[in-house]
Amino acid sequence: MLSVGLRLLSVGPILILFILIVVISLLTPNFLKPINIGNILAQTAVIAIVAVGQHIVILTRGIDLSVGANLALATVVGGLLYRVVDSATLVIVAMVLSGALVGAVNGIVYVFGRLPHAFIITLATLSICRGLALELSIGHTTMRGMPEAISVLGGSSTFGIPNSFFVVFGVVVVVVLVARFFVWGRWLYAVGGKPEAAVQMGIPINWVLVSAYVISGLCAGIGAVVLAGRTGASSPLYGTLLELDTIAAVIIGGASFLGGRGHVGHALVGALMIGVIRNALNLNNVNVFFQMIAIGLIIVLAVEADVLRNHLEKRVRVQQAARAQ
Amino acid sequence: MSTDLEPAPVLSVNGAHKRFGAVYALQEVSLDAYRGEVLALLGDNGAGKSTLVKCISGIHALDDGEVLIDGAHVALHSAAAARQAGIETVYQDLALFDNLTPAQNFFCGREISFPNWLPRGMRILNSRAMEREAEEVIERLRVRLPRKDAPVALMSGGQRQAIAVARAAVFARKVVILDEPTAALGLKESRKVLDLIQQLKSEGNAVILITHNMEHVIELADRAVVLRQGRKVGELKPNRDNQQHMVAMIVGAEG
Repeated sequence: MLSVGLRLLSVGPILILFILIVVISLLTPNFLKPINIGNILAQTAVIAIVAVGQHIVILTRGIDLSVGANLALATVVGGLLYRVVDSATLVIVAMVLSGALVGAVNGIVYVFGRLPHAFIITLATLSICRGLALELSIGHTTMRGMPEAISVLGGSSTFGIPNSFFVVFGVVVVVVLVARFFVWGRWLYAVGGKPEAAVQMGIPINWVLVSAYVISGLCAGIGAVVLAGRTGASSPLYGTLLELDTIAAVIIGGASFLGGRGHVGHALVGALMIGVIRNALNLNNVNVFFQMIAIGLIIVLAVEADVLRNHLEKRVRVQQAARAQ
Repeated sequence: MSTDLEPAPVLSVNGAHKRFGAVYALQEVSLDAYRGEVLALLGDNGAGKSTLVKCISGIHALDDGEVLIDGAHVALHSAAAARQAGIETVYQDLALFDNLTPAQNFFCGREISFPNWLPRGMRILNSRAMEREAEEVIERLRVRLPRKDAPVALMSGGQRQAIAVARAAVFARKVVILDEPTAALGLKESRKVLDLIQQLKSEGNAVILITHNMEHVIELADRAVVLRQGRKVGELKPNRDNQQHMVAMIVGAEG
């Protein structure tokens, strides 16, 4: 019984996403049309990519509030570079590096500045990056123009599937493989599962933490490429509240805020769920305030599911002990 | 010391001193541990047992005195260094990762991986080798687990304790230190852990056991060292007849 419940909880998010899609497609005839699916995927791409990085950080019991501002700064860096050289490769590299650099600052100050929680430093870099992006961007506002290749990457489709979603797919696959098959991935889960034990077992916990924030920044940089490509522009105002969307995606997807649980697929499922709900409510002309309320309710549901999971696990433990006696 | 064959000790602590501010946690403590022997470390709360164990397992550094492994001086400035020297410790909080499986727990921080020329974190896990080795140890020690692929979070206190001891057994080459291994366990689960300790001993490890349970000491320990207020106040072979004497030494009631 208990183990059935636990298994159900572990596939819960995917199950709910599936049920949502079935129910919505019955209620809303246009929902399953290829063009609408394409829309959802395109709209979800940025959240999904950045949520993957957010998930890595949450795995280690941390949080990255700076991802949205980091993304905006990255687009501005790319946009400024584009004015100097018309090279898609260079612009992409600049955006991704800019993102990773901010991530590195987050990680290094958090770990070696001995901060109590990553909340504080990433809140600081949120502010710094947003300010910097506004200061650097010409006219302190949106700058038009992106190299052709980036626009294709972020804005066009192949076989009806937005190119940006191939980027999502690539990021997810790479991160899943690395988390699963590399020592670093194992260490991420160990550090999130029990940091004190990780120290006792000789895991270089400081570097594991720094690397998590670098990856999160890197994902923000990749998200910047996709968003700049889709809009053909860079803007210091991009990614406002993206940190909340990505945290929501990770939690809704079924990762634990307590760290060490869930895999990156969960972040993708969470992002898709947010995208599907927004899209369905849009198609049914439900106003945007209700969308916010709906997302909020789902977050509560997801967190309660996590609480329930911990409770069930405790019950299983007691059962085991009873069996042993 | 008082063993029959007079072999050389695998672990010797000589004249250990440790001070925390004005408080002497250890003063002039010396002890030897031999292969194939269980050494009980006894003492009231605050007697210095945990401090001594932490010094041996590389968590604290001694202010004065030395630790010898097989007669050679070793510098134990980290938990990793102590493990390198062949000293495995089962901490009271077990230091288990609830979200990982037993096999993953065994090798966490010491993963079998390749290729060797890469930095540790960038290597690829050899999960099959780790699972095989974990299975072997679990079988050898006759640890009973509900499921080998389930996270440790789903296991009982006794099973978790057994996993922590088995992890030490995977890597133990010389000394295994157990800090209150049965403190939180019921009767039957305690029995299993005691059997495990017996097994570690018969495999030729020097086992250092911290416990408050005199029954366990008499049953398992070949020798007992008693600490009080940071000093070694006695050493004896525990048996039924000197149990009272042992307790008296622990609380400081004897003349």
